[in-house]
Amino acid sequence: MALKASELHVGDSHEEEIVRNLSRTQIVQYAGASGDYNPLHTDEIFTTKVGGYPTIFAHGMLSMGMTSKMLTNYVGDGRLTKYGVRFVSQVWPGDSLTATATVEAVREEGGEHYVDLAIATKNQAGKDVVQGSATARIDA
Amino acid sequence: MAIERFPVEAGHIMLFARSVGDANQIYYDADYAETTEPGAVIAPPTFVQASAQFDPEYFLRPKPGEDWFGSGAEPTGVQRAESSGGGGGGTGLHAEQHYEYHRPLKAGDVLHATTRPGKTWEREGRRAGKLTFSESITEYFDENDELVVTARSVGVRTERVVEQD
Repeated sequence: MALKASELHVGDSHEEEIVRNLSRTQIVQYAGASGDYNPLHTDEIFTTKVGGYPTIFAHGMLSMGMTSKMLTNYVGDGRLTKYGVRFVSQVWPGDSLTATATVEAVREEGGEHYVDLAIATKNQAGKDVVQGSATARIDA
Repeated sequence: MAIERFPVEAGHIMLFARSVGDANQIYYDADYAETTEPGAVIAPPTFVQASAQFDPEYFLRPKPGEDWFGSGAEPTGVQRAESSGGGGGGTGLHAEQHYEYHRPLKAGDVLHATTRPGKTWEREGRRAGKLTFSESITEYFDENDELVVTARSVGVRTERVVEQD
Protein backbone atom coordinates (compact mmCIF):
# COMPACT_ATOMS: atom_id res chain seq x y z
CA MET A 1 0.00 0.00 0.00
CA ALA A 2 1.68 3.20 -1.10
CA LEU A 3 1.63 6.37 0.98
CA LYS A 4 -0.37 9.36 -0.24
CA ALA A 5 1.01 12.90 -0.31
CA SER A 6 -2.44 14.23 0.62
CA GLU A 7 -2.45 12.20 3.84
CA LEU A 8 1.14 12.71 5.03
CA HIS A 9 2.34 15.44 7.37
CA VAL A 10 5.78 16.56 8.50
CA GLY A 11 6.43 14.88 11.84
CA ASP A 12 4.36 11.75 11.09
CA SER A 13 6.29 8.64 12.05
CA HIS A 14 6.30 4.88 11.71
CA GLU A 15 8.07 2.61 14.18
CA GLU A 16 8.77 -1.15 14.24
CA GLU A 17 10.73 -3.50 16.43
CA ILE A 18 13.09 -5.01 13.85
CA VAL A 19 14.81 -7.60 16.04
CA ARG A 20 14.45 -8.88 19.57
CA ASN A 21 17.40 -10.54 21.32
CA LEU A 22 19.63 -10.66 18.22
CA SER A 23 21.17 -14.11 17.99
CA ARG A 24 24.69 -15.00 16.95
CA THR A 25 23.04 -17.44 14.57
CA GLN A 26 21.21 -14.63 12.74
CA ILE A 27 24.54 -12.84 12.34
CA VAL A 28 25.96 -16.06 10.84
CA GLN A 29 22.90 -16.23 8.57
CA TYR A 30 23.62 -12.70 7.34
CA ALA A 31 27.29 -13.53 6.78
CA GLY A 32 26.26 -16.48 4.61
CA ALA A 33 23.65 -14.60 2.59
CA SER A 34 25.67 -11.41 2.07
CA GLY A 35 29.03 -13.10 1.56
CA ASP A 36 30.75 -10.91 4.19
CA TYR A 37 32.64 -13.49 6.25
CA ASN A 38 34.71 -11.02 8.25
CA PRO A 39 35.52 -13.09 11.39
CA LEU A 40 34.74 -10.06 13.58
CA HIS A 41 31.08 -10.98 13.02
CA THR A 42 31.16 -14.74 13.49
CA ASP A 43 34.42 -15.90 15.07
CA GLU A 44 34.42 -15.38 18.85
CA ILE A 45 38.01 -16.55 19.33
CA PHE A 46 39.43 -14.26 16.66
CA THR A 47 37.29 -11.30 17.75
CA THR A 48 38.19 -11.50 21.44
CA LYS A 49 41.83 -12.65 21.21
CA VAL A 50 43.01 -10.85 18.09
CA GLY A 51 40.39 -8.15 17.53
CA GLY A 52 40.26 -7.07 21.17
CA TYR A 53 36.46 -6.80 21.31
CA PRO A 54 34.32 -8.28 24.12
CA THR A 55 32.46 -10.55 21.67
CA ILE A 56 31.48 -10.71 18.01
CA PHE A 57 29.20 -7.95 16.71
CA ALA A 58 26.70 -7.54 13.88
CA HIS A 59 27.60 -6.35 10.41
CA GLY A 60 26.56 -2.71 10.03
CA MET A 61 24.80 -3.91 6.88
CA LEU A 62 22.69 -6.32 8.95
CA SER A 63 21.41 -3.35 10.99
CA MET A 64 20.80 -1.42 7.76
CA GLY A 65 19.04 -4.44 6.22
CA MET A 66 16.82 -4.96 9.25
CA THR A 67 16.05 -1.22 9.31
CA SER A 68 15.03 -1.38 5.66
CA LYS A 69 12.16 -3.77 6.38
CA MET A 70 10.57 -1.08 8.58
CA LEU A 71 11.07 1.33 5.68
CA THR A 72 9.57 -0.86 2.94
CA ASN A 73 6.70 -1.89 5.22
CA TYR A 74 5.96 1.85 5.53
CA VAL A 75 6.51 3.19 1.99
CA GLY A 76 5.61 0.06 0.01
CA ASP A 77 7.54 -2.27 -2.27
CA GLY A 78 9.74 -0.79 -4.98
CA ARG A 79 9.08 2.80 -3.88
CA LEU A 80 12.43 3.78 -2.36
CA THR A 81 14.57 6.12 -4.44
CA LYS A 82 17.26 6.80 -1.81
CA TYR A 83 18.33 5.17 1.43
CA GLY A 84 21.47 6.02 3.36
CA VAL A 85 22.74 5.48 6.89
CA ARG A 86 25.64 6.07 9.24
CA PHE A 87 26.59 3.29 11.63
CA VAL A 88 26.88 5.19 14.90
CA SER A 89 27.19 2.36 17.44
CA GLN A 90 27.99 -1.32 17.27
CA VAL A 91 25.15 -3.86 17.54
CA TRP A 92 25.81 -6.86 19.79
CA PRO A 93 24.25 -10.29 20.24
CA GLY A 94 21.27 -9.95 22.58
CA ASP A 95 20.37 -6.45 21.36
CA SER A 96 16.78 -5.56 20.58
CA LEU A 97 16.37 -2.84 17.98
CA THR A 98 13.53 -0.46 17.14
CA ALA A 99 13.59 1.48 13.87
CA THR A 100 11.69 4.71 13.23
CA ALA A 101 11.03 6.73 10.09
CA THR A 102 9.87 10.34 10.56
CA VAL A 103 8.47 12.50 7.75
CA GLU A 104 10.73 15.49 7.10
CA ALA A 105 9.20 16.74 3.84
CA VAL A 106 6.45 15.92 1.37
CA ARG A 107 7.23 17.37 -2.03
CA GLU A 108 6.56 17.28 -5.75
CA GLU A 109 9.27 17.07 -8.38
CA GLY A 110 8.78 16.60 -12.11
CA GLY A 111 5.13 15.66 -11.62
CA GLU A 112 5.96 12.93 -9.07
CA HIS A 113 5.35 13.06 -5.33
CA TYR A 114 8.04 12.16 -2.83
CA VAL A 115 8.45 11.86 0.92
CA ASP A 116 11.78 12.53 2.65
CA LEU A 117 12.27 10.57 5.85
CA ALA A 118 14.70 10.72 8.77
CA ILE A 119 15.67 7.26 9.97
CA ALA A 120 16.85 6.24 13.43
CA THR A 121 17.33 2.77 14.89
CA LYS A 122 17.80 2.46 18.63
CA ASN A 123 18.89 -0.39 20.85
CA GLN A 124 17.17 -1.51 24.05
CA ALA A 125 19.09 1.15 26.01
CA GLY A 126 17.64 3.89 23.79
CA LYS A 127 20.97 4.56 22.09
CA ASP A 128 21.02 5.20 18.34
CA VAL A 129 22.87 2.50 16.41
CA VAL A 130 21.88 3.65 12.92
CA GLN A 131 20.97 7.16 11.75
CA GLY A 132 20.05 8.05 8.22
CA SER A 133 17.58 9.26 5.67
CA ALA A 134 15.46 7.93 2.85
CA THR A 135 13.31 9.18 0.01
CA ALA A 136 10.35 7.33 -1.48
CA ARG A 137 8.00 7.94 -4.36
CA ILE A 138 4.43 8.28 -3.09
CA ASP A 139 0.97 8.67 -4.58
CA ALA A 140 -0.69 12.07 -4.93
CA MET B 1 37.37 -3.53 -8.61
CA ALA B 2 34.73 -4.75 -10.98
CA ILE B 3 32.07 -7.44 -10.80
CA GLU B 4 31.57 -8.87 -14.23
CA ARG B 5 28.41 -10.84 -13.60
CA PHE B 6 26.02 -10.57 -10.65
CA PRO B 7 22.92 -12.67 -11.36
CA VAL B 8 20.04 -11.61 -9.10
CA GLU B 9 18.56 -14.99 -8.24
CA ALA B 10 15.24 -15.70 -6.50
CA GLY B 11 16.81 -18.25 -4.13
CA HIS B 12 19.51 -15.78 -3.11
CA ILE B 13 16.86 -13.09 -2.51
CA MET B 14 15.00 -15.55 -0.25
CA LEU B 15 18.13 -16.33 1.78
CA PHE B 16 19.01 -12.66 2.07
CA ALA B 17 15.47 -11.65 3.15
CA ARG B 18 15.50 -14.40 5.78
CA SER B 19 18.85 -13.21 7.12
CA VAL B 20 17.50 -9.71 7.81
CA GLY B 21 14.30 -11.17 9.24
CA ASP B 22 12.06 -9.73 6.52
CA ALA B 23 8.93 -11.87 6.05
CA ASN B 24 7.50 -9.80 3.16
CA GLN B 25 6.19 -12.41 0.69
CA ILE B 26 7.36 -10.34 -2.28
CA TYR B 27 10.82 -11.80 -1.55
CA TYR B 28 9.62 -15.42 -1.36
CA ASP B 29 6.55 -16.07 -3.47
CA ALA B 30 6.51 -15.37 -7.22
CA ASP B 31 2.71 -15.84 -7.44
CA TYR B 32 2.13 -13.31 -4.69
CA ALA B 33 4.74 -10.96 -6.19
CA GLU B 34 2.81 -10.92 -9.47
CA THR B 35 -0.13 -9.31 -7.67
CA THR B 36 2.00 -6.45 -6.27
CA GLU B 37 2.88 -3.12 -7.86
CA PRO B 38 6.39 -4.21 -8.95
CA GLY B 39 4.75 -7.35 -10.42
CA ALA B 40 7.68 -9.66 -9.70
CA VAL B 41 10.01 -10.86 -6.97
CA ILE B 42 12.20 -7.88 -6.18
CA ALA B 43 15.36 -7.61 -4.09
CA PRO B 44 15.38 -6.01 -0.61
CA PRO B 45 16.92 -2.50 -0.50
CA THR B 46 20.36 -3.59 0.71
CA PHE B 47 20.63 -6.73 -1.47
CA VAL B 48 23.36 -5.44 -3.79
CA GLN B 49 25.75 -5.79 -0.85
CA ALA B 50 25.57 -9.53 -1.60
CA SER B 51 27.34 -8.87 -4.92
CA ALA B 52 30.44 -9.72 -2.82
CA GLN B 53 29.46 -13.36 -3.53
CA PHE B 54 30.21 -12.74 -7.20
CA ASP B 55 33.51 -10.93 -6.71
CA PRO B 56 36.14 -13.67 -7.18
CA GLU B 57 38.74 -11.65 -5.27
CA TYR B 58 36.53 -10.57 -2.33
CA PHE B 59 38.94 -10.49 0.62
CA LEU B 60 36.40 -11.26 3.35
CA ARG B 61 35.77 -14.79 2.08
CA PRO B 62 38.07 -17.75 2.84
CA LYS B 63 39.53 -19.27 -0.33
CA PRO B 64 40.79 -22.81 -0.82
CA GLY B 65 44.54 -23.12 -0.35
CA GLU B 66 44.95 -19.64 1.13
CA ASP B 67 45.56 -18.69 4.76
CA TRP B 68 42.52 -17.16 6.45
CA PHE B 69 42.86 -14.53 9.15
CA GLY B 70 40.06 -15.98 11.30
CA SER B 71 40.69 -18.66 13.93
CA GLY B 72 41.56 -22.31 13.31
CA ALA B 73 44.23 -24.07 15.33
CA GLU B 74 45.29 -20.59 16.50
CA PRO B 75 43.18 -17.44 17.11
CA THR B 76 44.30 -16.19 13.70
CA GLY B 77 45.51 -18.13 10.70
CA VAL B 78 47.96 -15.46 9.54
CA GLN B 79 51.08 -14.10 11.19
CA ARG B 80 49.85 -10.54 11.29
CA ALA B 81 46.19 -9.94 10.66
CA GLU B 82 46.51 -6.87 8.53
CA SER B 83 43.29 -6.76 6.54
CA SER B 84 39.99 -5.95 8.16
CA GLY B 85 40.60 -7.82 11.34
CA GLY B 86 42.87 -5.68 13.40
CA GLY B 87 46.12 -6.93 14.81
CA GLY B 88 47.60 -3.54 15.63
CA GLY B 89 44.59 -2.86 17.79
CA GLY B 90 42.84 -0.83 15.13
CA THR B 91 39.98 -2.16 13.05
CA GLY B 92 38.48 -1.56 9.63
CA LEU B 93 34.79 -0.81 10.07
CA HIS B 94 31.89 0.22 7.89
CA ALA B 95 30.98 3.83 8.72
CA GLU B 96 28.27 4.75 6.20
CA GLN B 97 26.31 3.24 3.34
CA HIS B 98 24.12 5.11 0.87
CA TYR B 99 22.02 3.84 -2.02
CA GLU B 100 20.23 5.49 -4.90
CA TYR B 101 17.66 3.29 -6.62
CA HIS B 102 17.03 4.04 -10.27
CA ARG B 103 14.50 1.21 -10.58
CA PRO B 104 13.53 -1.83 -8.45
CA LEU B 105 15.96 -4.72 -8.77
CA LYS B 106 14.14 -7.89 -9.88
CA ALA B 107 14.89 -11.60 -9.71
CA GLY B 108 16.28 -12.47 -13.13
CA ASP B 109 18.25 -9.27 -13.57
CA VAL B 110 21.90 -9.86 -14.40
CA LEU B 111 24.02 -6.96 -13.24
CA HIS B 112 27.58 -5.88 -13.63
CA ALA B 113 29.29 -3.32 -11.45
CA THR B 114 32.26 -1.02 -11.35
CA THR B 115 33.76 0.57 -8.25
CA ARG B 116 35.82 3.73 -8.05
CA PRO B 117 37.39 5.41 -5.03
CA GLY B 118 35.83 8.62 -3.72
CA LYS B 119 37.07 11.07 -1.11
CA THR B 120 39.28 10.28 1.89
CA TRP B 121 39.46 12.31 5.11
CA GLU B 122 40.61 12.07 8.71
CA ARG B 123 39.36 13.13 12.08
CA GLU B 124 40.13 12.52 15.72
CA GLY B 125 37.62 10.12 17.27
CA ARG B 126 36.46 10.08 20.89
CA ARG B 127 36.51 6.32 21.35
CA ALA B 128 39.03 4.92 18.84
CA GLY B 129 41.81 7.47 18.26
CA LYS B 130 42.54 8.82 14.77
CA LEU B 131 39.90 7.81 12.23
CA THR B 132 40.71 7.55 8.55
CA PHE B 133 37.65 7.54 6.30
CA SER B 134 37.58 6.46 2.68
CA GLU B 135 34.72 6.43 0.25
CA SER B 136 34.02 4.09 -2.64
CA ILE B 137 31.29 4.36 -5.24
CA THR B 138 29.86 1.30 -6.95
CA GLU B 139 27.48 1.53 -9.90
CA TYR B 140 25.34 -1.49 -10.78
CA PHE B 141 24.17 -1.76 -14.38
CA ASP B 142 21.70 -4.17 -15.97
CA GLU B 143 22.10 -6.15 -19.19
CA ASN B 144 21.09 -3.10 -21.22
CA ASP B 145 23.80 -1.06 -19.46
CA GLU B 146 21.12 0.94 -17.67
CA LEU B 147 22.14 2.14 -14.21
CA VAL B 148 20.00 0.31 -11.60
CA VAL B 149 21.62 1.13 -8.24
CA THR B 150 24.35 3.54 -7.16
CA ALA B 151 26.03 2.61 -3.89
CA ARG B 152 28.36 4.85 -1.89
CA SER B 153 30.21 3.17 0.94
CA VAL B 154 32.35 4.85 3.59
CA GLY B 155 34.88 2.75 5.46
CA VAL B 156 36.79 3.84 8.52
CA ARG B 157 40.07 2.58 9.83
CA THR B 158 40.44 3.18 13.55
CA GLU B 159 43.73 3.72 15.36
CA ARG B 160 42.67 1.36 18.16
CA VAL B 161 39.78 -0.86 19.15
CA VAL B 162 36.56 1.11 19.66
CA GLU B 163 36.10 1.73 23.41
CA GLN B 164 32.81 0.51 24.80
CA ASP B 165 30.70 2.90 26.92
